Amino acid sequence: MRKTNVLGLIFPNMHDEALRDLTAIRAFGSVPFAGRYRLIDFPLSNMVNAGVSKVGVVTKSNYQSLMDHLGSGKAWDLSRKNEGLYILPPFGATDESYSGRVASLAGMEAFFANSKEDYVVMSDCHVVGNIDYGKLIKAHTATGADITVGYIRGELPRLDNLMVLQADNDGRVTDITIENGGEGEGNFGIGLYVLRKDLLVQLVRNAVSRNQTHFERDILQRYVADLNIQGYEVTEQALVISSLASYYAANMAMLDGEKRGKLFLNERQIYTKVRDCCPAMYGLESNVSNSLVADGAIINGTVKNSIIFRNVRIEEGAELEDCIVMQGAVVFGGTKLGSVVLDKDVVVKESRTLQGYASFPIYIDKKSIV
Amino acid sequence: MLLAGGQGSRLYALTRNIAKPAVPYGGKYRIIDFPLSNCINSGIETVGVLTQYQPLELSDYIGSGMPWDLDRSQAGVHVLPPYQRNKGADWYKGTANAIYQNIAFIERYDPEYVLVLSGDHIYKMDYSKMIEAHKEKNADCTIAVIEVEMEEASRFGILNTNPDGSIYEFDEKPAVPKSNLASMGIYVFNWKKMRKYLIEDEQNPDSENDFGKNVLPAMLNAGERMFAYRFEGYWKDVGTIDSLWEANMDILNPKVPLDLSDREWRIYSRNAGLPPHYVADSAKVQNSSISEGCNVYGEVEFSVLFPGVTVEEGAIVYDSILMPGAHVGKGAKVQYAIVAENVEIGENAVVGERPEDVSDLKDWGVAVVAQDVKVYPGATVKAKAMIDADVKGDE
Repeated sequence: MRKTNVLGLIFPNMHDEALRDLTAIRAFGSVPFAGRYRLIDFPLSNMVNAGVSKVGVVTKSNYQSLMDHLGSGKAWDLSRKNEGLYILPPFGATDESYSGRVASLAGMEAFFANSKEDYVVMSDCHVVGNIDYGKLIKAHTATGADITVGYIRGELPRLDNLMVLQADNDGRVTDITIENGGEGEGNFGIGLYVLRKDLLVQLVRNAVSRNQTHFERDILQRYVADLNIQGYEVTEQALVISSLASYYAANMAMLDGEKRGKLFLNERQIYTKVRDCCPAMYGLESNVSNSLVADGAIINGTVKNSIIFRNVRIEEGAELEDCIVMQGAVVFGGTKLGSVVLDKDVVVKESRTLQGYASFPIYIDKKSIV
Repeated sequence: MLLAGGQGSRLYALTRNIAKPAVPYGGKYRIIDFPLSNCINSGIETVGVLTQYQPLELSDYIGSGMPWDLDRSQAGVHVLPPYQRNKGADWYKGTANAIYQNIAFIERYDPEYVLVLSGDHIYKMDYSKMIEAHKEKNADCTIAVIEVEMEEASRFGILNTNPDGSIYEFDEKPAVPKSNLASMGIYVFNWKKMRKYLIEDEQNPDSENDFGKNVLPAMLNAGERMFAYRFEGYWKDVGTIDSLWEANMDILNPKVPLDLSDREWRIYSRNAGLPPHYVADSAKVQNSSISEGCNVYGEVEFSVLFPGVTVEEGAIVYDSILMPGAHVGKGAKVQYAIVAENVEIGENAVVGERPEDVSDLKDWGVAVVAQDVKVYPGATVKAKAMIDADVKGDE
């Protein structure tokens, strides 16, 4: 992939509150997904696949597991002498104004000044999709927009501060509303933006000087008439994660071969950290159907419609249906689990029964013993 | 110094395009992952890999050495093919000559000891313990040995030792073995001694320039201090179709002492970067090892599936090894077979047979289909067959 003139920025803490359970111990971006991935892998791979070779990860809190996952950026081919991966923790962490995208951007002027790229592409981590950012970047330069806003057309997800757009026939955004817990259908923003770096710096300085913190409300909405803001519809399959139920549903969607195929493309791979575990082992008593199983798993029980992460052990006589079992969890025999999300290293002892529901899955904290 | 230049001719079609150390093993590894991982786990951070036969895929696979943490600025892994000098160029004439031609490489690091390895075996071994034993005995050369069954000893290079472990005789494939200590082809040398004997060996026009046949006997005759180092644990030669098949099946057997999930002694490999594998409603998977990116819709038992393998609905895979990217079409039957990379097996094709279905066991053996071969729908590949071209009918 040819290098582009675009700098990448990823915001792994945006929407942390929407997945409160899973983000108590980690950033939204390091929430595990589909057996071996973390949510940040998707925007990060999308950037790398579009030829972006310098990416800043703008962290805010709980970012240890994220840093462990990202390492030097080697897995994304972002361990470079020039450019590469930069983790950008808060600048002046005690600053109370550190509450939104604007404040974090304001702390990054030095990073911007040290980057020779002229454009910036920004992304959050709550959308799982193999999205062609290259096409988005091209559209931005082709339309001559000041800012290009990626959006999805469809049912509005229940997210706080959801940006809903109206655009005219030429794609220019004419109206922006900020909604809490949207309803019905519409065009909603997904935290995906392309703009010139110098314009971004100027807009952020401007907002900071007025003590404004909210990128969507205080910049995009405010200047919708003055700036040429173009909408860009993301037409690739994109699964929006806005709650535990939608997180659960997005994982379960990966059991559908067609949907899985649209996410894991040969021409645009999704990269993630390599763990060097051995292949999954199926025992004589294993009975697995319609499930996704990662390397390092040991399966001797019954597993149906489930996502099994790396190094999970399912013992003989355990029965799992519609479950998500994260890395290192162990489920003993005689257990019956239905619609349960087991976080990392959970142990479920003999003969326990837990039954959730697809729209209300049971979530078990990391390292719990049931 | 890892000797990886061998063709592995007894693997026939499997090594048509690749060197033996690059042959896939164990569901996600290649043979060379074992000595390389052993090196880094033993604290050996400078490794020369001597390549000669079909080096392209092997060199690509090793790359910068990143998967084994051997991408170092001052050390790391170095691929060493034969090269041209101002007085001409030579292929590596033998194992000793391969090292001889790379004396300059070794001298750059000015080592006290040199460890010589081969890329033919599956085993986990802490080389640092062997080097420690070498130092303790004040040896000039230490050879790793493993106890084999007495009946099988005549297949190996046998070392006869004194009670203190010193070697008094080499017995290459003896008809009547005096001991059951087989050489593992793993040597530790004092570099200064080794250098001297390599140069002498090179000057001897009658020498085959081989460690086992020439250099080691020469050292023994000259009265150098040579010791055997006993290794206990899993060690398997994968130089033949049958032994490669068996060694793969060993990972499915919990009684075999080869633990690939040991976090303290990881075996590293280059990662395919594929999503987790999918097992469908119509599938049945038992006693098998399945890796990333596989899609299983059929029945898989007692088999090892490498990354990116597809087994379609109604297909049956028993007692077989399917290497990366192999595709088994609907209703096809694969039994006792090694199916190499990117092989396509068409619908209702039959590959391999069970021993109980063959009238004369002499005709039975593991069937092998070489890389990129296409077995057309309905075609048959018999037991023991060795296929390296597309199959349209019965072969």
